[in-house]
Amino acid sequence: MFYREAGDFKTSYVNDSQTFPIQFDRWRYYAVLFVALGIVPFVINDYWASAVFVPFLIYSIAAIGLNILTGYCGQVSLGTGGFMAVGAYAVYKLMTAFPEVNIIFHVLGAGIITAGVGVLFGLPSLRIKGFYLAVATLAAQFFLVWLFNKVPWFYNYSASGQISAPERTLAGIALTGPEASATAKYLVCLGFVFVLAWLARNLTRGTVGRSWMAIRDMDIAAEIIGVNPLRAKLTAFAVSSFFIGIAGALFFAVYLGAVEVGEAFGINKSFLVLFMVIIGGLGSIFGSFAGAAFLVLLPVFLKNVLVGGLGWPTDLAAHLELMIVGGLIVFFLIAEPHGLAQLWRLAKEKLRLWPFPH
Amino acid sequence: MTDQFLYAVEVMINGLMAGVLYALVALGFVLIFKASGIFNYAQGVMALFAALTLVGLQQGQVPFAHLINAIFGTEVHHFGWHLPGLVAIILTIGVMVLLAIIIEKVILKHLVNQEPIILFMATIGLAYFLEGFGDVMWGSDIKTLDVGLPQGASFWVEEKTAILGTDNFYGFFIDKLDMVAALVAAILVISLTIFSQYSKQGRALRAVADDHQAALSVGISLRFIWVLVWSIAGFVALVAGIMWGAKSGVQFSLSLIALKALPVLMLGGFTSIPGAIVGGLIIGVGEKLFEFTIGPMIGGATENWFAYVLALLFLVFRPQGLFGEKIIERV
Repeated sequence: MFYREAGDFKTSYVNDSQTFPIQFDRWRYYAVLFVALGIVPFVINDYWASAVFVPFLIYSIAAIGLNILTGYCGQVSLGTGGFMAVGAYAVYKLMTAFPEVNIIFHVLGAGIITAGVGVLFGLPSLRIKGFYLAVATLAAQFFLVWLFNKVPWFYNYSASGQISAPERTLAGIALTGPEASATAKYLVCLGFVFVLAWLARNLTRGTVGRSWMAIRDMDIAAEIIGVNPLRAKLTAFAVSSFFIGIAGALFFAVYLGAVEVGEAFGINKSFLVLFMVIIGGLGSIFGSFAGAAFLVLLPVFLKNVLVGGLGWPTDLAAHLELMIVGGLIVFFLIAEPHGLAQLWRLAKEKLRLWPFPH
Repeated sequence: MTDQFLYAVEVMINGLMAGVLYALVALGFVLIFKASGIFNYAQGVMALFAALTLVGLQQGQVPFAHLINAIFGTEVHHFGWHLPGLVAIILTIGVMVLLAIIIEKVILKHLVNQEPIILFMATIGLAYFLEGFGDVMWGSDIKTLDVGLPQGASFWVEEKTAILGTDNFYGFFIDKLDMVAALVAAILVISLTIFSQYSKQGRALRAVADDHQAALSVGISLRFIWVLVWSIAGFVALVAGIMWGAKSGVQFSLSLIALKALPVLMLGGFTSIPGAIVGGLIIGVGEKLFEFTIGPMIGGATENWFAYVLALLFLVFRPQGLFGEKIIERV
């Protein structure tokens, strides 16, 4: 009844090509923005920020990044953890080398550095395809983590081998370090998510995004009709790594504050982000958010139920959590291989007809 | 011969032995990939699960003891028996076959004709599940596995090689267990080859590997073949689990050998059994020699990534691996 194209007249090309062509979608989008900007910052506390909102926002960025590479360009990557580590160490080096520069520029710089590293490790994708490439990206994962562990320059020769974020402020408000408030952390992550999601959405429906999708659907055919595979694949690696690098930078600087590389950016992080993308839906920006929300909330929920509710020992709960996560992933893949985004699409199709069945 | 040279040779031999163990894990991957086109990430966790089950059965642990204790407040942990190694191994094989049947019934049956990436993700889900399941069932503490395999360095080899050194003083240090592993791997490969070349089921297996639809059309049951091949992979996982478990104890890190086997696969080609063996040997020798020669200069612990980088560089020149089928792409 509300979800209709009918009656929503487009009188200009700009109107016609807008992101949300249906009025209801636009209102929903503004409503989400209003809740995120107008309500959440005032009610958020430390627990909710550190357990739910900040990781959700950061993982959303990482998931969008990986989705660009895997969902839109069809190149499966298992090196996400390694690239996030590049972002984290890059922002650390920039923060300590240029303390007078604004942190926002440090984070963006970290993204650009990660993009460069991503292109470097993306070069083999021109020769290697499919699972061979997926395994090849593991080389990035292991090599980068080893590098950050072994070369003291990266962690400024600190005795523990850890890196910890110094306090940085934006307009007098602490964003990193122990003084940073929950609201500040939340808002800075939200800002990045908003801009990056907007960027991703518009990139994927433009020329670049279409060349990615052509490569994904069949690279040889795409090459024949004039898509340059070198450019398409390397831009996908660059943009994807840029997003993942920013996610890694925020993960370190804003969320954790102090990081040990093998622990925070190990192979499990790569798999976690890949799960988010798959469960959310390949080739969908909304899916990246949905997958990130699902996999951030699930452990929190399970922990509260098993440890808090039933009083089981934490190690047992951790093992059961593994089982449930694994089982749910398999269940989701069987029930809906195209992810939560597909359910959303189906729901929208139903809504367009509702309340009439045909 | 200088001691330096002899030491290099010794490192190489130990590398070969380690390579055999990698190849053993890679073999399980290749079997499943050939027969069903599934890249089974869970192979490493299957090895862990098999080893856990073996130890648990052998020592008479009560399954799910931790869970039962948490729910009912009881204090059960052991049945109080101790099975001989062979009986426990046979029982474990039974469990792995059962696991293969369940995997086929619950997961694979529903995912026929899905894209490879989806199947790959499903096996990662399976890996998570099995990892948690194994821990819940048998507990997550480090266990020692003892089925009567010889341990320690071989004195025979040490004595025989002692004369090579400058003043009859050298002598190679080679683990007995590694020699047993090499022997077992050789037997396993030979018997698998004979099985797939000469038995009826083996032929069916190769037919399925070649072309699913053609195999179906001549009356081969795809589902039976899948159960069969997952059972064999489970058996290979058990063998790998026993070898690695006897070497370094049964614990979570055992499942990480899957990550060691992946570059072996890339190097050898996903579809080739000889490739898995040769790839394993190259990686084993390569990473030990690299760690020995270059490692000290750049901080050591290069074994984590060297295999991957080697395989990556190699693939740039030969994208299908050493022995893999040539990739033909059509529009």
